[in-house]
Amino acid sequence: MIRDHSGRLPLAPALLLLGALLAVAALASIGSGAYDLALMDILKVVAGREASDPVAAMVVLEVRLPRFLLGFLVGAVLGVSGAILQGLFRNPLADPGLIGVSAGASLAAIAVIVLGGTALGGWVTLAGQWALPLAAFAGGSGTVILAWRIASRAGQTAVATLLLAGIAINAVAGAATGLLTFYASDEELRSLTFWTMGSLGHAAWDDLVLGAPFMILALMAAPWLARPLDAFLLGESVVGHLGYRTATVKKVAILVVGLGVGAAVAVSGLIGFVGLVVPHLVRQLLGASHRVVLPVSALMGGTLLVAADAIARVVVAPAELPIGLMMSLIGGPFFLGLLMRRKVM
Amino acid sequence: MVLEIQNLSVSLAGTEIVSEINLTVSAGEVLMLLGPNGAGKSTLMKALAGELPYRGRIRLAGRELGGWCPGELARHRAIMPQSVEVNFPLTVEEVVALGRPAATRRCADSVAEILMEALEIKHLRHRLVPGLSGGEQQRLQLARVLGQIWDTRQDRLLLLDECTSALDPAHQQMVLELVGAMAREHGVAVLAIVHDLNLAAQFADRMVVMKSGRCFHEGGSSEVLTPSLLKAVYGYRTRVIQLPEGYPLVIPLASGSAQTAPLNPVCRQAS
Repeated sequence: MIRDHSGRLPLAPALLLLGALLAVAALASIGSGAYDLALMDILKVVAGREASDPVAAMVVLEVRLPRFLLGFLVGAVLGVSGAILQGLFRNPLADPGLIGVSAGASLAAIAVIVLGGTALGGWVTLAGQWALPLAAFAGGSGTVILAWRIASRAGQTAVATLLLAGIAINAVAGAATGLLTFYASDEELRSLTFWTMGSLGHAAWDDLVLGAPFMILALMAAPWLARPLDAFLLGESVVGHLGYRTATVKKVAILVVGLGVGAAVAVSGLIGFVGLVVPHLVRQLLGASHRVVLPVSALMGGTLLVAADAIARVVVAPAELPIGLMMSLIGGPFFLGLLMRRKVM
Repeated sequence: MVLEIQNLSVSLAGTEIVSEINLTVSAGEVLMLLGPNGAGKSTLMKALAGELPYRGRIRLAGRELGGWCPGELARHRAIMPQSVEVNFPLTVEEVVALGRPAATRRCADSVAEILMEALEIKHLRHRLVPGLSGGEQQRLQLARVLGQIWDTRQDRLLLLDECTSALDPAHQQMVLELVGAMAREHGVAVLAIVHDLNLAAQFADRMVVMKSGRCFHEGGSSEVLTPSLLKAVYGYRTRVIQLPEGYPLVIPLASGSAQTAPLNPVCRQAS
């Protein structure tokens, strides 16, 4: 491969390549599934023209396009969130799951599934079809705020305490999830299992309307964090020395992650490894500067999830693999491989 | 006066680490802070760096530390911490650029070039920081820190916490000569913690010796570096020779027999 003096790929060609990969993944994602679509039809429909196949327009616009957009947004948010947390904690192992966001969101969603007919009946009647995604979103954001409160009691926020609080919250949420699973009926169990494995299968414009504003907001706020996060790589005290408001930066970072991941989990369930693997890979290929890592992680995360989703629909057709399962199956071994041959983090 | 410290006390977890320090550093002056381990030097430095809450007053260019906006303060006060550990693959160039947020990425930053040249890290510019030696990393951090206040016209304060600890003797001289030139020629006020007494003697305009969180003695190097004072502060025996160059040379002596080296040296109280 063509590397520069620092062993990195040049940025512009790498971006071009990634853009091309995204285009391929997008076409594959929109083209693959139970109903066969011709490439020309897809292009015509996306361009707003009449397709030769009348069903094609419906399939593309109502089913495949929202699914592709949702997949891309979720992947982008997970990638960026992972990059932000890894910078904030100065730890390449940080992941949105780590501070309890995902666990909190999934606990709330499972509670709605299992207790929707009983204890949480009022909430389900009130929120209707939004009950589950809204609960997941609230659960995710709530856990971030809780972890944040615990960690910032002494006036300033201790990052190590935040990490420890996240681990404890994960344990409690995991146990509570287990308890709910224990009480779930067979039918609830099926819906619950599918949900904890992560899926874009029911993606529709509804989900997009609910989740997209939060995810887009999180993605748009992220670039503001790039320079301060670079300073974080030199140590938390150096951030203040360099003239950034450390407390504000930390607050914005946690808010962005809570908002983005809460919304992502709400619409697609638990999807692991994107937040861990993608930023890691970007740093290996393009360097650790967050002005590169943040946008490229978004692009790569989105592309990866869209591609994985396309594959998940094909490998066991006409059924489909849960995307969360798929990501762990690909991401786990891939990450182990990376660890075995790494030089620096 | 660039830096004025009045009745500064710092407590950590209920224990007072720094007590009633009064200090000033004027423009162009190099003040070296000496003292045994645990004397409170680094804690004092952290208070000046804005990392710890304190009682008393710290004024930079006549203005209370809390009255500065962070971005402006960063252009007037630069801090070199005892150690900076970089785990992520940033290059030397990128770390130097972190101290110069105003410089754009497109055109090369001439100040960064000058500093990398002066600190002999220019040939390492594309190398990844985690792969550098301790001394190279220390020179890199100094380049970043100096670049931070380079463009500011006046009232600049440079805080150095053991900035030569990982350097070989030749680089120790080079770095302190550069710091000295920043002070003399550009009017930067320098407050540095140095453990090497002879380096301190060679480059300090004035010295402050701390012991148990208090100011033990303050003065010129010939005044501070005397066998009796070093015995009282560090509890070790020395011979001090006045060099024709105008500064003293401290030679450590073996502690001698057990009787002459008391296990708990008697501390003189600060006047």
